[in-house]
Amino acid sequence: MASVYSEKVMDHFANPRNVGEIKDADGVGEVGNAVCGDIMKMYIKVKDGKIEDVKFKTFGCGSAIATSSMATELIKGKPIEEALQLTNKAVVEALDGLPAHKLHCSVLAEQAIKAALADYYTRQGIDPKPLIGDIPETCEGCCSH
Amino acid sequence: MDRFIYADNAATTQLSPKVLEKMMPYLTNEYGNASSLYGFGQNSKQAIVAARESIANCLHCKPNEVYFTSGGSEADNWAIKMIAKEQAKKGKKHIISTAFEHHAVLHSLNALKEEGFEITLLPVYENGIIHVEDLENAIREDTALVTIMFANNEIGTIQPIKEVGAICKAHHVYFHTDAVQAVGHLPIDFVDMNIDLLSMSGHKFHGPKGIGALIIRNGIRFANLIDGGSQERNRRAGTENTAGIVGISEALKLALENLEQTNTSIIQKRNRIISELLKIEKSRLNGDANTRLPGNINISFEGIEGESLLLYLDMKGICASSGSACTSGSLDPSHVLLSIGLPHEIAHGSLRLTISESTTDEDVDYIIESVPQVVDRLRKMSPLWEKIKLEEGKE
Repeated sequence: MASVYSEKVMDHFANPRNVGEIKDADGVGEVGNAVCGDIMKMYIKVKDGKIEDVKFKTFGCGSAIATSSMATELIKGKPIEEALQLTNKAVVEALDGLPAHKLHCSVLAEQAIKAALADYYTRQGIDPKPLIGDIPETCEGCCSH
Repeated sequence: MDRFIYADNAATTQLSPKVLEKMMPYLTNEYGNASSLYGFGQNSKQAIVAARESIANCLHCKPNEVYFTSGGSEADNWAIKMIAKEQAKKGKKHIISTAFEHHAVLHSLNALKEEGFEITLLPVYENGIIHVEDLENAIREDTALVTIMFANNEIGTIQPIKEVGAICKAHHVYFHTDAVQAVGHLPIDFVDMNIDLLSMSGHKFHGPKGIGALIIRNGIRFANLIDGGSQERNRRAGTENTAGIVGISEALKLALENLEQTNTSIIQKRNRIISELLKIEKSRLNGDANTRLPGNINISFEGIEGESLLLYLDMKGICASSGSACTSGSLDPSHVLLSIGLPHEIAHGSLRLTISESTTDEDVDYIIESVPQVVDRLRKMSPLWEKIKLEEGKE
């Protein structure tokens, strides 16, 4: 049957990878807000400079869930430096595209990972700002609030 | 897919096979132009005349008050803009409506605002029903038109149309009602309810798409919609959609046969779905529990978002709708849900199911079984739900 989303998006939505939380996470990041209709929360476990494990929880539409799932897949097992380089564009490409009005979901996924990494650096006593920059506190431009 | 349950009848309905049967001759052999003099053309003309009479009988208006359009949006645009244009000549540039009208009405009003009209939107309160006193208070010397929907498309609430009509009549103000969701589902008396203009659409009651009508009370001055030929009493030119016209009239006739009996059965199913789904924790019914369309169910579930809810339901074979921002393609959730005071985060998690006479008890069982599963699945992955539960624990 026809869908507004690509097969890959539907696959990641129907069977999201890495859903859940990590109790003893090394970094946790949360972005978005309930008013706008999407919140992403990422948990990372770091070992030997690599993302050993990653889990997410998402409140949001189908593409928000699918981009969270794909983003976790793209950074799992990767060195932190590589995870930091993940762009929303890469997430969108890996999902074979998103409808134009859903692109902000992919931005949110990128930000959620960066927020988790920023938290990781902070816990390590490293100022994350020079490495990551500012992460907007709300989903700027995603809605009228 | 094993299951297919269509529960989005407010969006559109299945064409009735009986309606199609009546339409078929005009889609095949009877293709004559109703404006042609020869008998072959006059066959089409006769069918249109009969359809107009049948619709007039069903709504208690006169046949020459029925103007066929392409659908409900066209009828709404025509009614509002043309009455406004005529009334503006008398210096009347104030229009009263409600905050939760269909966009065909609201956007028409916005267009008039640009032309200097002043618009008063009446509040619809928590139960989604206007207070007639508010209307009484809002009417002014320069009020050109009151346009209030018969029943809301999202939350199904039915407005006190007869009282609105009486107030408008007493104040000599024209009254238009967007009755797209009501025609074929509720009894309507154009005269008794003091309606001046009424919009309707064929595909909302098992008729074809692409055909609607605007009923305009005789004696009202209004501008033409399309200039050209003499169709629709010179008001809306263009060769008639004979099959569509035959279809909408047949669909309305069929819808009103045993209406009360049909509605009793649909209401029973609707109430069963509502009471079962409200057992889900942190859920709420949107719109008045009783004064609502027979087939309308609109419930919000906290902690989840509507689009993902719809997609999971789609995977289970259930077609439904939501007022979340993500399903509308806009950035804000439904203006209807906001108008009844829902916070954004709860409006995002709304589900609209609109059932019909063809919804079976098995369908109802399946809906009652599936929705809680999907809500639970989404809540398990929702950080918002986690927060809601955490705060609940603190209390």
